Amino acid sequence: MTDASLKAVSTPSIPDEPRTTAKTELAREQLIRYSRQLRLPDVTAADQQRLLNTRVALIGLGGLGSPTALYLASSGIGHLTLCDGDNVELSNLHRQLLHSMADLGRNKCDSAQDRLRSINPVLSITKVPEYLAGPVLDTTIASCDLVVDASDNFPTRFAVNASCARHLKPLLSGSVIRMEGQASMFRHDLLHAPCYRCLYSPDEDNLFGSCDGEGILAPVAGIIGTIMATETLKFVLTGQSSLDGQLLQVDARQLNMKLSLLRNDPSCPTCAARRTSP
Amino acid sequence: MKVKVRYFASLRDKIGRSDEQVSFDGASATVSDLWTKVSNIPASDSILVAVNMEYTNMNHKLKDGDEVAFFPPVTGG
Ligand SMILES: [Zn+2]
Repeated sequence: MTDASLKAVSTPSIPDEPRTTAKTELAREQLIRYSRQLRLPDVTAADQQRLLNTRVALIGLGGLGSPTALYLASSGIGHLTLCDGDNVELSNLHRQLLHSMADLGRNKCDSAQDRLRSINPVLSITKVPEYLAGPVLDTTIASCDLVVDASDNFPTRFAVNASCARHLKPLLSGSVIRMEGQASMFRHDLLHAPCYRCLYSPDEDNLFGSCDGEGILAPVAGIIGTIMATETLKFVLTGQSSLDGQLLQVDARQLNMKLSLLRNDPSCPTCAARRTSP
Repeated sequence: MKVKVRYFASLRDKIGRSDEQVSFDGASATVSDLWTKVSNIPASDSILVAVNMEYTNMNHKLKDGDEVAFFPPVTGG
């Protein structure tokens, strides 16, 4: 595949169809490609087809989004909507494994698309090369089956959570900093499930550091990102995740993991809005 | 009343210990009372807390024997 052929199909925000060869040839290639996961009792051919038919919106193509995207693409999540307004910088490369030296200065969606297609060429990829807000955020969320939030800031996380509530979309949310991380599945598709806003309040941001300011040990992003990919696949395969309504806290400094049960906050405005949404 | 307290991740580094037993004279105390007793960091919604592995808030009333875990917020990606 040449660079020119990639550019020809990479119009922003418009899904490009998978390039199909003869149908039997594609099926055979896929049987071989996915043979090691099709050996699992958990993944039948129909399950694999379900993965291929699923659309995941991935918000953020950084330290968390990289491992998540790589595993979702390689496992055969067939439709990915990639969202990130950032361009690739040298300081990203120690942990953001989607991107490489040749990508410096490129938008992360373009870079990610090339990398993911190099692994699995038949993926349908939609690119949203901007910071999600307003109508674009809602269109993006509404069009997918599941949202994976791997963004790096508080305002985006609240906006994504609120949009998932409006559109009743399950939201798998992960975060990472220093040598610690968190992950949760917020089941906006269920009436009484807790949400991100039940967990965090937007008025309190004084203690919230960024990876730029506080630093991060690269593979810790890998730990959380691969947990997010695993839970996404489990959710598509079984309809639930082990993180449904749970907060996973990972402390890599002591290799400690802790699950806490989350409760719906009766005063949560986002959950209140979800209960009245059509 | 006695509770067991655990500090997670970077909060453990800030507080300087990973766990401890804390005793209260009275029969009732909230998570907020506990936090004021163990830490100089201002009580704030930004500190996450779970009691007996269930996420809760600073107003939660503690019982004898509770296990309380404090952890820091995380938002990076
Ligand atoms: Zn809520």
